[in-house]
Amino acid sequence: MSGIPHDHYEPKTGGEKWLNSRLPIVGLIYDTIMIPTPKNLNWWWIWGIVLAFCLALQIVTGIVLVMHYTPHVDLAFASVEHIMRNVNGGYMLRYLHQNGASLFFVAVYIHIFRGLYYGSYKAPREITWIIGMLIYLMMMGTAFMGYVLPWGQMSFWGATVITGLFGAIPFVGEAIQTWLLGGPAVDNATLNRFFSLHYLLPFVIAALVIVHIWAFHTTGNNNPTGVEVRRGSKAEAEKDTLPFWPYFVIKDLFALAVILVVFWAIVGFMPNYLGHPDNYIEANPLVTPAHIVPEWYFLPFYAILRAFTGEVWVVQFASFITGGIIDAKFFGVLAMFGAILAMALAPWLDTSNVRSGQYRPMFKWWFYLLIIDFFALMWLGAMPAEEPYATFSLIASAYWFAYFFVILPVLGVIEKPLPQPETIEDDFNAHYGKADAEATPAE
Amino acid sequence: MFKKLAIGAAFALALSPAASFAAGAEGHIEDFDFSFEGPFGTWDQNQLQRGLQIYTEVCAACHGLQYVPLRDLEALGYSEEQVIVYAADNFEVFDPELDDFRPAIPTDHFPANTAVGAPDLSLMAKARAGFHGPYGLGINQLVKGMGGAEYIASLLDGYTGKEKEEAGTILYENTAFPGGWISMGPPLSDEQVEFADGHSNSVEHMSEDVAAFLMWAAEPKMMDRKNAGFVGVIFLSVLSVLLYLVNKRIWAPHKGKARKD
Amino acid sequence: MSHAEDHEGTRRDFLYYVAGGAGVVTAGAAVWPLINQMNPSADVQALSSIRTDVSGVEPGTQLTVKWLGKPVFIRHRTGAEIAEAQKQDEEAVGDLPDPLARNFNLNADAPATDANRVMPSPEGEAPGAWIVQMGVCTHLGCVPLGDAGDFGGWFCPCHGSHYDLAGRIRKGPAPENLPVPPAEWVDSTTIKLG
Repeated sequence: MSGIPHDHYEPKTGGEKWLNSRLPIVGLIYDTIMIPTPKNLNWWWIWGIVLAFCLALQIVTGIVLVMHYTPHVDLAFASVEHIMRNVNGGYMLRYLHQNGASLFFVAVYIHIFRGLYYGSYKAPREITWIIGMLIYLMMMGTAFMGYVLPWGQMSFWGATVITGLFGAIPFVGEAIQTWLLGGPAVDNATLNRFFSLHYLLPFVIAALVIVHIWAFHTTGNNNPTGVEVRRGSKAEAEKDTLPFWPYFVIKDLFALAVILVVFWAIVGFMPNYLGHPDNYIEANPLVTPAHIVPEWYFLPFYAILRAFTGEVWVVQFASFITGGIIDAKFFGVLAMFGAILAMALAPWLDTSNVRSGQYRPMFKWWFYLLIIDFFALMWLGAMPAEEPYATFSLIASAYWFAYFFVILPVLGVIEKPLPQPETIEDDFNAHYGKADAEATPAE
Repeated sequence: MFKKLAIGAAFALALSPAASFAAGAEGHIEDFDFSFEGPFGTWDQNQLQRGLQIYTEVCAACHGLQYVPLRDLEALGYSEEQVIVYAADNFEVFDPELDDFRPAIPTDHFPANTAVGAPDLSLMAKARAGFHGPYGLGINQLVKGMGGAEYIASLLDGYTGKEKEEAGTILYENTAFPGGWISMGPPLSDEQVEFADGHSNSVEHMSEDVAAFLMWAAEPKMMDRKNAGFVGVIFLSVLSVLLYLVNKRIWAPHKGKARKD
Repeated sequence: MSHAEDHEGTRRDFLYYVAGGAGVVTAGAAVWPLINQMNPSADVQALSSIRTDVSGVEPGTQLTVKWLGKPVFIRHRTGAEIAEAQKQDEEAVGDLPDPLARNFNLNADAPATDANRVMPSPEGEAPGAWIVQMGVCTHLGCVPLGDAGDFGGWFCPCHGSHYDLAGRIRKGPAPENLPVPPAEWVDSTTIKLG
């Protein structure tokens, strides 16, 4: 599977050979967990394991919660309270699932920004990147539909507002919205289909994760230097790499344990910290909460959605040349999805032939500004839609697009990169010194 | 190495709850010092019992607690027999099998609302967030709790005595209520409820007591949850240390002695 | 697996064992709540003990209540029924398909006499006036009919099991007497099941 030369599984006993000639599963597992991994990976490379853990956590807690949950508008809210009060350990399972979604998104955002900084999206890893973006989109869909299930006020009104986005599509929008909801408004039909899809999508994500791993096991991991592993021979490759097991498994598990300490403290001591109090009020189609705010992980894109109002000249221009087909509402929707699309297009927008941001003196600063921009958008997304927040949102949204569509292409041309290390081995030794005993390959 | 992990952790913590940013004309929430706040806080059983008494004698006239089973009252220190008597004496429930009302039994829930417009109080202490600080990050919830109990107590104790009539309804000025005017008249007055333990029955103290009871009603498993939190945090910390040592050891042969960090 | 294990002494191994053990404990601690959540929840457990008002059950009638998801027959016997039951008691001794009382409130080896099957009567009532038993045929779990069968007790229509006035199996495929659940008087008109 891997393009990096390394030892492969050799069946020895008769039984092993018997199995291997029929189903080479042991070899597959061996190649997967013994994959040669660049030995200079830093601590930003642990989030993949955290994400895998989150997916497992959400699927497992989700499956057991379903045993007690009832997807019906009259019973959903009460069934969640049943879980919280009556089911053995139900309150923990539910709080783990609820906060697990937040951990999932913390991890995915760090994972994405790590990729953006170290150029993990660049050739030959475009497919890995695109699959990752698909996983991210699926995660957003799953999280959104999951948030509807407790049938609180925020569930209901969040669903109303977000599905309203589809109503903005010209000509067919209203038909699509009605089709999505199964009626003129969010109701029992909506709750039932969201429940079904919320259960289904995680398994689609799991399948995509396998493809994601498959893809980067073919290209090999990126690493902080962006310099590729030498593949001329096995001996050469082994100077740059160490097998995933045990070196990176233990390292990642250590990081996961530290992260779980924080996570567990939040679940145990302040489980509603990231939630919205209005969701402890049962959904009422006749009363809208004073402030409808999406979950924190949607806020940056929610800010972009709201930034493009009818007063913005870009919107007026778009409306003018399309003869009014693209109005402010639709423009906002396009901008929101465009912001995610921009990330997905990064492999083709970035013109620099240097992979890692470490060796790109100008890029670095624009990248840091992008992170600040991301947090600014998150903050603005929670602010009321009024001045001065509207102007700030517009500036922050503009920077998001400028980064991908202007800065990334231009930097590659005007920037003079710093010298990169010759090999991963050089980088590793520069950090940690040459090993006393030269590393022996894993058995 | 730890610096970078710390940055990651800080990143996680910096992602503040959406609610905390929500601006608006919020009322003033007094920061009461409840016994159940913070990771080490526990219920004050006597306070919860007084709160139940206030709820039963005052609030229950209009407000329901439809998600709270009466049997859960044993957690407030009552015996099975006491709960049976309490349920039968205070509440009637509709039994679809009898097609009639009958005295409540412990397996029933508290009744739902009886007055128009009076919200159910089962989850009220979690449906209001009193604290968003510092700087809107909401992290002070760790030591202060969400502030729902504070909101309830502040509201009950927040009447100024002014009234006004609007569209045929009398509104009462209240310093804690968003907007400042509430349609619920002041429910508590000094010495309204007589406590068996002789505890102070000023409006302020009664407000605190009933707020504490409603916090329990909203999150009856709070102490179990904190215990699970403690065990988990301690155990995972030990596991982290062990994994750190294992990690250091397996990497040692591959790293030179002159490590930079 | 790792070459690190190949050399150096036991101190290194010890650390690995401790860490591995901690990992196993973590996994176990994570699995238990997933299993335990399927055990009966608090609302179901609360129904494991119910109180039934029997003040309206006249002699010669039977009240069927649901307990643990199954029917429980609470029969108030008339004087004639008590006498008949005692007569059945005498003829049946030594000839019962199931010689055990199957009464949860008594020892497991108590013999199946009428006295061992009935509830102690509240003050002012004849002994043997109340009999409480699970309304589940011991054959394949159907609900027997009251006032029916060759012995005037209960009759299971599914496969033709006949129970007498004390709820003992007398004829048909059922292997055991109808079980008597844990039951006691809370006051003179209230029976507590469970």
